[in-house]
Amino acid sequence: MKTDDLVTLLATGTEAVDAKAPTRRYLTAVTLGTVVATSLVAGLLGFRPALLHDALEPMFLVKEAFCAALGAVALVTVARLSRPGVRLGLVPVLGLAAPVLAMWVLAAVALLATAPQDRADLVLGQTAAVCPFLIALVSIPVFAAMVWTMRGLAPTRLRLAGAAGGLAAGAIGALVYSLHCPELAAPFLAIWYVLGMLIPAAVGAWLGPRMLRW
Amino acid sequence: MLPSEERLRSLLVRGLAGDSSAYHEFLRELTAHLRAFLRKRLARLPEEVEDLVQESLLAVHIQRHTYDPGRPLTAWVYALARYKLIDLLRRRSRTDLFNDPLDEESEVFAASDTEACDARRDVAKLLEALPERQRLPIIHVKLEGLSVAETARRTGMSESAVKVGVHRGLKALSAKIRDSS
Repeated sequence: MKTDDLVTLLATGTEAVDAKAPTRRYLTAVTLGTVVATSLVAGLLGFRPALLHDALEPMFLVKEAFCAALGAVALVTVARLSRPGVRLGLVPVLGLAAPVLAMWVLAAVALLATAPQDRADLVLGQTAAVCPFLIALVSIPVFAAMVWTMRGLAPTRLRLAGAAGGLAAGAIGALVYSLHCPELAAPFLAIWYVLGMLIPAAVGAWLGPRMLRW
Repeated sequence: MLPSEERLRSLLVRGLAGDSSAYHEFLRELTAHLRAFLRKRLARLPEEVEDLVQESLLAVHIQRHTYDPGRPLTAWVYALARYKLIDLLRRRSRTDLFNDPLDEESEVFAASDTEACDARRDVAKLLEALPERQRLPIIHVKLEGLSVAETARRTGMSESAVKVGVHRGLKALSAKIRDSS
């Protein structure tokens, strides 16, 4: 087929494009992924009994804000990476670095204020061995939602887009997992929560070039 | 900013709003720019140029919903064409042919080339290999110019199945062009 004929073919019978459809699709996917992740926590792990009591604890709010901030910045990053020619800018780098650095500062302060023999407890809590893996597990439905969204758009930097999608899934997964998780110490969050978010990000970087190609 | 940016952008914006003759004109003018852009960058693989022009046009069409009218068209087209170009070079594992630096985004509309060579892969042949639920909608709607409703009546498919068939079929066609090189 000659190129002119292909052009005619492509232009024939085209209809108006709904400019809001990609955003709608993205929001629907993230919402569905989060709902499924929440059901996963409710069904497999159970919400922690002290959840309502915790909700007033300052450290619980810090934990939720930490996960939510990272999730929001990662979602914006995914949106930018999914449209060809949109520059990333500084928002992703600064927006991801700031909450993590803030949490590390909080962790350092908490550790310095604690007697040396009690510091290991702050770092390890009671669930350090399972926490990152459970966060990664809970993030799977959100990860699927991110891949589905990006496959409907056109990311051009596939490894980076995969990593950003994985990180968004990890941060939302951590936010949902916190409904079960009993840990509130900053040193614990600074290590194991961050690690839990990095697992899906690494998987995303690995799968991106394969799953997002178009 | 090049005058062609403003002109092409306004044609595309009208096209996205449903004006198919403006969209046709957009694609026609874009083709010449893409050809000049890719011909320069594939100087050592001239036989690939027309195929990549066609693949890029399909990409522009399939991904047209990812263009944000508030942003420069040049950056969007450049990113699409560059992605397809790198994908081709990677496929051929011939990155040593990557002789031109690719960081000159502004060049995408700088030149225009209306002299088409023959594409080596025939889109019409690849179209025949598509499953019926994609092939028939493309033939009726895109080649014969029938309406979606008329196509639905003739094929016994629902109207939304016809639209999905066109969209998925063009995506599948793009994948076939890619995989056959």
